Amino acid sequence: MIKITKELIDEHGINDKEYSFILESLDREPTITELGIFSAMWSEHCSYKSSKIWLKKLPTSNDKVIQGPGENAGVIDLGDGDAAVFKMESHNHPSYIEPYQGAATGVGGIMRDVFTMGARPVALLNSLRFGDINHSKTKHLLTGVVSGIGGYGNCMGVPTVGGEVEFNACYNDNILVNAMCVGIAKINKIFYSKASGIGNSVVYVGSKTGRDGIHGATMASAEFDDSSDEKRPTVQVGDPFAEKLLLEACLELMKEDIIIAIQDMGAAGLTSSAVEMASKGKVGIDLNLDKLPCRETLMTAYEMMLSESQERMLMIIEPEKEKEAKSVFDKWGLDFATIGVLTDTNHIVVKHESEKKADIPLNILESGAPSYKRPYKIVTNPEVNQSYLLKSDKKLIDILKKLISSPNLCSRRWVWEQYDHMVMNDTILRPGGDSAIIRIHGTNKALAVCSDSTPRYCASDPTEGGKQAVAESWRNITSVGAKPIAITDCMNFGNPEKEEIMGQFAGVINGMIEACEILDYPVVSGNVSLYNETNGKGINPTPVIGGVGLLESLDHFSTPNFKRTNDNIIILGDTKGYLCQSVFAYEIFSDSQGLPPKVDLILEKKTGDLVRNLVTNVKIDTVHDISDGGLLIALTEMSISGEIGFQLNIDKSNLNYSFLFGEDQGRYIISVEDKNLNDAIEYIKKSNISYLNIGKTNGKKIKIDRDNEIDIEELRDLYENWFKNYLKSN
Amino acid sequence: MEISVIVFPGSNCDRDVAVSLKQVFKRNPKMVWHKEQTLPKSDLIVLPGGFSYGDYLRCGSMAANSPIMSEIIKCGKSGTFIIGICNGFQILTETNLLPGTLIRNKDLSFICKNLPLKVENSKSRFTHKYSANEIIEIPVAHNEGNYFADQKTINNIEDKDLVAFRYCNKDGIVNDETNPNGSKNNIAGIINEQGNILGMMPHPERASDKVAGLIDGEKFFISILESIQ
Repeated sequence: MIKITKELIDEHGINDKEYSFILESLDREPTITELGIFSAMWSEHCSYKSSKIWLKKLPTSNDKVIQGPGENAGVIDLGDGDAAVFKMESHNHPSYIEPYQGAATGVGGIMRDVFTMGARPVALLNSLRFGDINHSKTKHLLTGVVSGIGGYGNCMGVPTVGGEVEFNACYNDNILVNAMCVGIAKINKIFYSKASGIGNSVVYVGSKTGRDGIHGATMASAEFDDSSDEKRPTVQVGDPFAEKLLLEACLELMKEDIIIAIQDMGAAGLTSSAVEMASKGKVGIDLNLDKLPCRETLMTAYEMMLSESQERMLMIIEPEKEKEAKSVFDKWGLDFATIGVLTDTNHIVVKHESEKKADIPLNILESGAPSYKRPYKIVTNPEVNQSYLLKSDKKLIDILKKLISSPNLCSRRWVWEQYDHMVMNDTILRPGGDSAIIRIHGTNKALAVCSDSTPRYCASDPTEGGKQAVAESWRNITSVGAKPIAITDCMNFGNPEKEEIMGQFAGVINGMIEACEILDYPVVSGNVSLYNETNGKGINPTPVIGGVGLLESLDHFSTPNFKRTNDNIIILGDTKGYLCQSVFAYEIFSDSQGLPPKVDLILEKKTGDLVRNLVTNVKIDTVHDISDGGLLIALTEMSISGEIGFQLNIDKSNLNYSFLFGEDQGRYIISVEDKNLNDAIEYIKKSNISYLNIGKTNGKKIKIDRDNEIDIEELRDLYENWFKNYLKSN
Repeated sequence: MEISVIVFPGSNCDRDVAVSLKQVFKRNPKMVWHKEQTLPKSDLIVLPGGFSYGDYLRCGSMAANSPIMSEIIKCGKSGTFIIGICNGFQILTETNLLPGTLIRNKDLSFICKNLPLKVENSKSRFTHKYSANEIIEIPVAHNEGNYFADQKTINNIEDKDLVAFRYCNKDGIVNDETNPNGSKNNIAGIINEQGNILGMMPHPERASDKVAGLIDGEKFFISILESIQ
């Protein structure tokens, strides 16, 4: 027997109050296996103890939502009997320690969350944040993470269709790797994790269990320090081939009515799936670890319960159907073992080598889980007058050249060409646009998907930043002509025990609530990653929003590239020229003072509804939202991707930094053929949205005025080559 | 006319190619599990893309030893049409139904993009719907697409006009700059001497659907259809 000492309790991240609760509830000292189970279930990662009271406030339903938060993934109704199943999750800490495996298993984990619900994954997205480009680890982390994501997704045969990459010194020692998966299922064939039926078998399928990832959930809930590299053994190792087999085997078995409940083994492995499935079903669960398929010898009950070996699932099935189920897994060459039974005890009982290693009432683990109302203080930047940002004699064209080739605005082609973004043959709009478009296989309908966040806005004003993150996602779905339906969120923050960090969390949630409500864009799944700090320094608050929308018909959608010369270029939405927190301010003045641009959610909704109307009814096929970098950057992206230039024709008073580089929210650029112009203007006027006709598409040059013009080819080289040059440099 | 698409553990373009085949051949291909000992009667056998056996050991090497392969090798030698796309091409070289091998891309990273190809042989049973030297656009998606063979083999392939496609730019220029993965002489696809087996790294099934954007792959499937008829 291992003696439970104070050190051991500390190492498990359990505080005094939590430990006295354990002693009181069990009426005895816990065993080491039990301590491990408590530690995993009550880790921040699994219990959401700091964030729970805030997450509860988020809007989680509308008339399309079938399943909100609380399951393996969220589910929305796409009509015609189809559903989309999706979720985003972080794998930040493992990816910093071992970038390839950390990122790869992040992708593997999120896919399991989706196919465990009976959905075939059809799209992967990711949101990546690295430190300063000159930081010694950045190149190594960037190349490792990108190849890890590709390595897993490519092998699975699921296209990686979208995402974002940002560099900022605040992520130097704490990168962010968030992965999102979207799957398609039949509404009447969705599988849940609620165990039921006393006497039913608890079945383990997939890869064997090893010692990898033990304490992964606890690691992901602690701050890093300089010895973090020593934690490498707790990073899991991925086997995408095993997962591909597991995917096909699960989906094959799901065609029959055999599985009663199913959940993947993710963070905290067998512990969390067994506890969560039994708790949801209000039943007990007995596990016999002698039957557990292991790939290492002499594993203890503690190790088996806490291993985070990948590519494993837990299922509940009726004993008489075991044989039929096993034959499917035999075909795919995967382990299938009955390791337990559902009971009426409401306890989780773990036996190993004819000894009882754990016996815990489930209600203690679930409802006894700590929930903290941490103190918080919402801090915003002081407001500044932006006039000092106008004082420069730099030519407009030189600023454009600098911005378009800056690390955070240049083309991400180097990244997404390492991902198979076309497999499954339903990628209608590839990476590089505002959203990717994925056809629902065999139909003329499609999903629009994107992932976004603007952390610098959140750092300067958490509430406005939270609003903006949701609005930006909604705008990106709208830009392709699709109707935004719901989101998944991945909340990456620093140490919640600090008032200001908790204030960032609270502010961002408040902003998100407002935006989700007004835009009718609820949260159906998500993940929280706290303690993203190293040596006491936190990251920018980074709420990543994964958006999903529906295109009712592929007959009408829009893309950002200019398509014809002599089109009229029109801005929808008001341009005030707000420069604080803009990429312009940061790149040209190294300035990050002041507040972010405000989001007017009512206007946002009206403008977006207008854009969708124009795409469907006036056949507008070219739309791009104006975001990072402002108007001129958005126009340049449209030019480069369409290989068609433009000539601006605007009032001289508007030829300035604020008009061209301001990041006022809620704006789109559309390009309209002459023959549709009257129709379009009529629609715009009817909806009472301000607009401005700013010029025409034409030629192979970008012409701002007589002194400021440039060949698209030259800009394209600057835009496309940044990554290659960066990685070649020493 | 019967078509078999062989499904290995880890194949992931099997459904995609089945969709393209159905569109052109107007019938569903049979999906044949790699553990089968006998092959249904087939006029065309397709080895699809993917990561058979996770690409472990060496791309295609384990699949080349799957139970079904001895049947396929027999059929190939007796003149049945066989195409191998991407991982399928790697499997064909591993079984020696096609010469050479496919090694890691010269830049050591996975490449997924549309690429222009020059139709080098427009008279073969797989390519006769294309015009001579036609430039077509077909996507690639691979990590090990760098075609390699000794000089004697390359000479033999070229002398006998067995190169089906080469990588080029949109003007048809074939050189090192337009070589995406380091393949010898920009070779993207080859045909065996008998003329019934073709392997290629690019994915024609990803270029046979107007809505998804590319259609140059369609003529490849139509060529095969007409050759079999």
